[in-house]
Amino acid sequence: MFPALLFYIFSFTIIISSLMVIFSKDPINSVLFLIFSFINASGIFLLAGAEFLALILVIVYVGAVAVLFLFVIMMLDFNLENIKKETKKYLPFGLLIGGILFLEIILMLYTPEIFSNEFKIIGNRITTDLTNTEILGNLIYTEYFLQFQIAGFILLVAMIGAIVLTLRHRDYVRRQNINSQIKRDPKESIDLVDIELTERRNNDY
Amino acid sequence: MIIELGHYLILASMLFTIGVVGVFLNRKNVIIILMSLELILLSISINLIAFSAFLNDSIGQIFSLFILTVAAGEAAIGLAILVVYFRNVGNIEVDKISNMSG
Repeated sequence: MFPALLFYIFSFTIIISSLMVIFSKDPINSVLFLIFSFINASGIFLLAGAEFLALILVIVYVGAVAVLFLFVIMMLDFNLENIKKETKKYLPFGLLIGGILFLEIILMLYTPEIFSNEFKIIGNRITTDLTNTEILGNLIYTEYFLQFQIAGFILLVAMIGAIVLTLRHRDYVRRQNINSQIKRDPKESIDLVDIELTERRNNDY
Repeated sequence: MIIELGHYLILASMLFTIGVVGVFLNRKNVIIILMSLELILLSISINLIAFSAFLNDSIGQIFSLFILTVAAGEAAIGLAILVVYFRNVGNIEVDKISNMSG
């Protein structure tokens, strides 16, 4: 009874806060409701028995992605009046598309073939007494090692791409260019000038 | 009262629909479109974890982990593109992006 109550509380909060994400006026409120929705989703994950992913969800989304969103929103100062003016225009069309999509998904869920037992389980059944993290580690580092490496490579590419996209060389910032410093030659960079001493002495005295 | 698989699937489908409606509704604000994409990916994760729990099979959790990875990378790249676009154009309205005449 108590897990069912928790499930309903969590799912109700997820739905309400994700509705607030897409309907709220201020993008900052949207990000905060997104954080709240992710925290409740981690509660849902805990109820389904995926403890490792629940905590990873809190760390990655609330700790990294949501902070990134907040940082970008506070860095860019776009005017909100211009943005919110035309939301009403797309409301009937969006609700129509959403209603049709939701009806299709629900109709697909209630076809009885989905819940039949004819699905073959291709993976590893959980039979041991290991904890959730140990099970995931045993699978990731053995069978799914290639996919794990590809995931790390995706993160590397995302990091390099974000740095390359937002890097900007300003002209007025002086930088140290090691290569040109090393390649400097005294023959080119030093000019020896003969100062005509006699003329100057004549002028001064 | 026992929570069954259908409850999780209905929750995930509602979340997915809210994400798609959010993409349609906020045509002016790219940041909220990116947040809607995060909601869609979260609903897929809930689906995978529900199937993983009810089929007693741990592969769904691994794929959910990969979805988490891709979502983090997508948020970083999307926000970087948004920052560059804002630096060049001065606003973030999606309707006006027609420079390439696509």
